[in-house]
Amino acid sequence: MSTLNRRVLPGFGLGLSTTILYLSLLVLLPLAACLWKAAELSPAEFWAAVWTPRAVAAYKLTFVASLLAALVNVVVGSIVGWTLVRYDFPFKRLIDALVDVPFALPTAVAGLVYASLYVSDGWLGQFLTPLGIQGAYSRFGIVLVLIFTGFPFVVRTIQPVLEDLDAETEEAAANLGADRWQTFTRVILPTIIPPALTGFTLAFARAIGEYGSVVFISSNKQFETEIAPMLIFARLEAYEYREAAAVASVLLGFSFLMLIFINVLERWSQRHEN
Amino acid sequence: MLYRLLFLLIVVYLISAAVWVVRAGIVRDGNPNDLLNVACDPTRELWRELNANFQEHREQRTGKRPSIRQSHGGSSSQARAVIDGLDGDVVTLAMFPDTDAIRKAGLIAPNWQAQLPNRSLPFVSTIVFVVRKENPKNIRDWCDLARPDIATITPNPKTSGNGKWSFLALWGAVTQRGGSDDDAIEYVRKVYSQTPVLDTSARASTMTFAQKKIGDVHLTWENEAHLEVQEAGGALEIVYPPISVLAEPHVAVVDRVVDRKGTRATAEAYLKYLYTEEAQEIIASHHYRPTNADVAARTAGLFPKIELFPITKLAKDWGEIQERFFAEGAIYDRISGSGVKR
Repeated sequence: MSTLNRRVLPGFGLGLSTTILYLSLLVLLPLAACLWKAAELSPAEFWAAVWTPRAVAAYKLTFVASLLAALVNVVVGSIVGWTLVRYDFPFKRLIDALVDVPFALPTAVAGLVYASLYVSDGWLGQFLTPLGIQGAYSRFGIVLVLIFTGFPFVVRTIQPVLEDLDAETEEAAANLGADRWQTFTRVILPTIIPPALTGFTLAFARAIGEYGSVVFISSNKQFETEIAPMLIFARLEAYEYREAAAVASVLLGFSFLMLIFINVLERWSQRHEN
Repeated sequence: MLYRLLFLLIVVYLISAAVWVVRAGIVRDGNPNDLLNVACDPTRELWRELNANFQEHREQRTGKRPSIRQSHGGSSSQARAVIDGLDGDVVTLAMFPDTDAIRKAGLIAPNWQAQLPNRSLPFVSTIVFVVRKENPKNIRDWCDLARPDIATITPNPKTSGNGKWSFLALWGAVTQRGGSDDDAIEYVRKVYSQTPVLDTSARASTMTFAQKKIGDVHLTWENEAHLEVQEAGGALEIVYPPISVLAEPHVAVVDRVVDRKGTRATAEAYLKYLYTEEAQEIIASHHYRPTNADVAARTAGLFPKIELFPITKLAKDWGEIQERFFAEGAIYDRISGSGVKR
């Protein structure tokens, strides 16, 4: 008997080949095509395309705004996840379902709606603008929509972990003499850090690539509110495919480094727990 | 058993996908009367009417009624789609560089401008102002846009044809009336620094101005301005500046596509039809300026006389325009980059 047939579950060959085929078609092939296109540039041209003052300003804005949005999402998302798992209240299911709305709603719609809410005569803008808070066409607006698009990630990664953590563990901690703070820092926090990190990474990565919602709420002005994906679009509009691909591969590289960094952090936190 | 079921499912899936693809028309049988017109965004209403009339016109002459499908989108995205394989028989885009990009990709013959009358321009247009009702800030001329209390709404020249035309109109408004290039740089820098938002497309700018009520003046195509004012039901009005840019939206047959699909005869008849008096009247009724002299004379009442300068007054050709104004690090980048704390 071959080793393959000794597996307990059937379908390994089919499953693996489907996985590899799908990932190749959906992810690897387009990525390779993008890098291939960018590689048509000489190193000097590549550098000139991706490292202009305008591009650097756009990278900074994209990363800072994405980071801020992901941080807000980690904190608020954890609270929402905790509330949905641990407490019972009316319309809980409805609220739970609402969390997924940002996944379903076309992001362009989100950008449009946010922009019209926060303009100076919008529902929210009429109160905020006199206070000096510019929600639409500002950097703040960009962070707002990025929070929206990344919100479900943290909630959805934290929820199952919290569900696995029984209330009894916390009771046991309390019985053994831990106060509430100790229970939180020693029992609950170590459990939710890894999923929170995963959620953070997902929300962060999503925000870096987000285009549809941001173009509608950003004023798209160079050095002020122009995000990096917008640079790609601007390059394409000038038929500069290679330069567009170059900027795309820089973003890709950044995100990739970020993913590696977070993965290392996650490993470390798991080891730290043991 | 399980494998067989899965295999069956995959076969059923593949067959139905193939059927769907064929039915959806992605695999075409090449009917010589079926055209796809790949057009830019603001021309939806115009082509709807022109197409209906052309179908009638063609049926009377050949006995066969052509079918015309339309595709609309940002002008250069549309050009890229054709370059990347969208089967457009004709392209009707917002500006020369977009049509010429398809020529550079080898899909259109090199001398395409000479294939149709008037350098392949059945109509021209220009950039005008849309302002709030009764023009509260009294905006009459280009110099008003540089006043510190005026916020101008215009799309991003980097991503929009309308944005490029508007930039050229702003620039020419200075240099065509005796201003130097330095004056023009100072002027466009002022106008763009007072712009609260640079939308990526023409229609997005229209929404920003008309629906979100941001800004004091909106720079847009003449025909878009009329549509916008009609839709607003009295809240907006048009102001004609004394001088503006001559906007030239070219049309062209996509040679490689029509030769493959066998649609050349219909496609050429379609574009030639645009120059007939009948079509020119329709074009004028949509507020595009007809190029047929008779029709232009008859419909002159629709189009206030303003001085229109072609882009050749600003540079040798489109290549130079692109290089001088819109390329990476060119004038537009320089005026938007400066004056910002870093």
